[in-house]
Amino acid sequence: MAEGTASGGAATKSTVRPRQGDPEITSELVSDHGLSEDEYAQVCEILGRTPTFTELGVFSAMWSEHCGYKNSKRLLRLFPTEAPWVIQGPGENAGVIDVGDGYAVAFKIESHNHPSAVEPYQGAATGVGGILRDIFTMGARPVAVLDSLRFGELDSGRVRYLFAGVVEGVGDYGNCMGIPNIGGEVVFDRGYEGNPLVNAMCVGLMKKDELITASASGVGNPLMAVGSRTGRDGIHGATFASEELSEDSDEASRPQVQVGDPFTEKLLLEASLELIKSGAITGIQDMGAAGITSSATEMAGRAGNGVEIEMDAVPVREKGMTPYEILLSESQERMLVVAKAGREEDVHRILRKWELESAVIGRVTDDGRFRVLEHGEVVADIPALPLTQGCPTYEREGVESADIQALREEDISNVGTREGDLTDTFLELLGSPNVASKRWVYHQYDTTVRTSTAVRPGGDAGVIRIRGTRKAVAVSTDCNGRFTYLDPKQGAIAAVAEAARNLVCVGAVPSAITNCLNFGNPLKPHIYFQFREAVVGMAEACSLFETPVTGGNVSFYNETDGRAVYPTPVVGMVGVVEDVDHITSHAFQRAGDSVILLGENTDELGGSEYLYRIEGRVAGRPPAVDLLGERRLQHAVLAMIQQGHVRSAHDCADGGLACTLAESAMGDGERPLGLSVSLDDDLPPLAVLFGEGQARIVISCDPDQEGEVLRLARRHGVPARAIGRVGEPGGTFSITARGASIQTSMDRVVAAYLEALPAIMNAPPTSGG
Amino acid sequence: MSMKVAVITFPGSNCDYDLYKAVQQVGGDASFVWHRERGLDGFDAVMLPGGFSYGDYLRPGAIARMSPIMEDVVDYAEAGGPVFGICNGFQILCEAGLLPGALVRNTALRFEGRDVFLKVERTDTMFTSRYETGRVLRVPIAHGDGNYEADDDTIRELEESHRVVFRYVDARGERSPRANPNGSRNDIAGILNERGNVLGMMPHPERAMEPLLGSSDGVEVFTSLLASLSPASTS
Repeated sequence: MAEGTASGGAATKSTVRPRQGDPEITSELVSDHGLSEDEYAQVCEILGRTPTFTELGVFSAMWSEHCGYKNSKRLLRLFPTEAPWVIQGPGENAGVIDVGDGYAVAFKIESHNHPSAVEPYQGAATGVGGILRDIFTMGARPVAVLDSLRFGELDSGRVRYLFAGVVEGVGDYGNCMGIPNIGGEVVFDRGYEGNPLVNAMCVGLMKKDELITASASGVGNPLMAVGSRTGRDGIHGATFASEELSEDSDEASRPQVQVGDPFTEKLLLEASLELIKSGAITGIQDMGAAGITSSATEMAGRAGNGVEIEMDAVPVREKGMTPYEILLSESQERMLVVAKAGREEDVHRILRKWELESAVIGRVTDDGRFRVLEHGEVVADIPALPLTQGCPTYEREGVESADIQALREEDISNVGTREGDLTDTFLELLGSPNVASKRWVYHQYDTTVRTSTAVRPGGDAGVIRIRGTRKAVAVSTDCNGRFTYLDPKQGAIAAVAEAARNLVCVGAVPSAITNCLNFGNPLKPHIYFQFREAVVGMAEACSLFETPVTGGNVSFYNETDGRAVYPTPVVGMVGVVEDVDHITSHAFQRAGDSVILLGENTDELGGSEYLYRIEGRVAGRPPAVDLLGERRLQHAVLAMIQQGHVRSAHDCADGGLACTLAESAMGDGERPLGLSVSLDDDLPPLAVLFGEGQARIVISCDPDQEGEVLRLARRHGVPARAIGRVGEPGGTFSITARGASIQTSMDRVVAAYLEALPAIMNAPPTSGG
Repeated sequence: MSMKVAVITFPGSNCDYDLYKAVQQVGGDASFVWHRERGLDGFDAVMLPGGFSYGDYLRPGAIARMSPIMEDVVDYAEAGGPVFGICNGFQILCEAGLLPGALVRNTALRFEGRDVFLKVERTDTMFTSRYETGRVLRVPIAHGDGNYEADDDTIRELEESHRVVFRYVDARGERSPRANPNGSRNDIAGILNERGNVLGMMPHPERAMEPLLGSSDGVEVFTSLLASLSPASTS
């Protein structure tokens, strides 16, 4: 079942002669281009004839899953997208929120999964490059990047290759651009074997009146290509992203991986911002997926105009490139600019200053068509709106997998019965790659360039201060793929809740989100079920927390040889710190401080790192999320922080309460403080120590403030109790629960946490691949 | 009185803004000078910021040192004017021959982005007069090619003439392999030329100007320079 406008724009049938040397349009060629028979019939109806080879390529890219969102668009309409502080919601290159004091923040997250699986360094690097362009094309200067990464288990040489390559790619690109990396996540789980997920987020800052949209307005205005020349790399990157991977993917797909040059992009960034400020242009868009094609048609569509482009005028890297190749190339570091008629020379001058090329390649027309010429002959002539808006959208069948249902209902109660000294288990968990310090990763990133990073990676959220104001912006990316696998709706809700808790712990008020929805093949009912439920859950949580969705990305077909990734809807949440004095660390600050648990421990080990790492299972119900309770907790912690009662705040997540307490005690590892905590919950000790129940935050405060903190918690309806004291520098780490205990030195805690990843990355692989 | 500082920017420099802000913070008057401009008259000091000039193509700083403005920077230094190069700026100064030695790839073959500790070895230079001898500073580094290398004679010369101004140490001020983030010979983090008017260092003092951002230990590098340029001080 599909919907889509049949034809718009000019109704007259156009005639275009087939180009000499182009292949004949056969049903096999159509199918190779990723179009179904139905979709092809719609193409013919829109054109009033069969398409040329060039036109087939254009539809193939624009109607690919990656560009057309055909299997997701209908469900994405469920998201709340508005709030008084949202200046730009979905539909543009990035979302934008008003943060006060005349400033606006643009932000977005995107995936680059398929290229990274084949060529991790370039895949990751160009993923960063692409998201940066989406931000500065809005007129915002990028001020931070975050990377949310997922891989299989580290005992495989192939996974280590992918991990190291991706980190190096992210680092080299961001470092060269001079944009600090302020956070992200790294997850290792068999669920991501063969399908790494590389999601890159960017946050940009601008004055509110500097916002520019990507719209081709002004009939007769020149279209100009600026930046790098167009080459043969990345052709059909969009279509590639819309397919499953297979054993054959490796070599054959390499031409479809784009190659990045951050030095050129840095120049392009400066040139673009200068262009926007100059007033010489009316619109600008980066050339990302489907290159010139998507940028030109989207800009035209937004303005309700048409565009005409002459292929001969496009600066190219190689001789003999066909219109098909030029239009679909995804060569990096290029922007499409709509200049004001008569201001072309201003554009050339600015680009020349930054030692980049610029060329007039076409103009804005009033006939609503996307028309492409080669040597003056028309090779493509497509009505723009049906191309950009007429992509058929589908609602698929969604049925839960019986196997996953069974996993969720598996009995895991026998797991929580271990007692006694659990120190070794605790240290093993702390040293598990998902819990352990990610320093190996972020020490390869520049986290301080631009002198605005108030909280660097390693805490709950990254924080960038806004010069000239008392404010700061906090950012976090979160998703627990195991939770979402076991229960897609609850898992998606939990992702939003976790992101909000993380922001609140650094002292920020959650504002809005961008999302990157990573799933398998949506044509499979059990995958579509996961997608649908996740969107429903995320919409519910975003509504309740008043954190609307301002844009994002859907990445389908993350499957290899039929096996899909865990459904992984990553939330990229942005919040505002009202005053930099509120910025709070996750680390204990002083020996003798009171340690207070906000929220309640539960008997919920389902989907936990403990269950995966120690018992080798992914099963059980993921922890329930009580959205109203989460919101009360957020308000309580913000009030405590804003009133100056809090010395540290850290939320409970992977590894449970014991790991949260360890992280707070260790801080950055330079000056660890001890800990003495006693938990009297009448619950299985494993669940108390390692369960990943939601809505819990651990704070520390001056003992004199303890009473006030507990009173504030009560007033907000949040359960709270003092559970212990911060110990002496380098002292002992001690947690007692009913029937079990953890007792060790801070030295051992720090060693387990800090040395885990370096030890693995420097050891030889134990399995082939 | 205000210190007029030229912050030279090359295509790909990205710490120029941070350096500009640092100079402004201590009351200096900074201006950006694009690499294609000529002439440095009227400036009291010249600074080369960090970044990836020309994308680090060929070698870091190798292409930047051939920019038109570098002729003026060399003349300025040879006339005794204060020149300060940070990170990529230090690399450019070595490429231009204004400082001896070279910065090569970090021994771990990885980019290192974190805080390090530095010992101030000399406080009688125009860049460090406001520090107490032996003070340990906490300053960020962010580089893939910060490994200071020179032949044995040059290293000996540097040490004997006390031209090593900053050295990598641990939090307690002790030297150790672990405290050296990139493998630099003799844990060298920053050096002075023979005349004492050109300083190059790999760590970023302009990023250690505010407690909010992690450290304000870099402030004295700029206040020292400001003080040394004021009419009341002797050169």
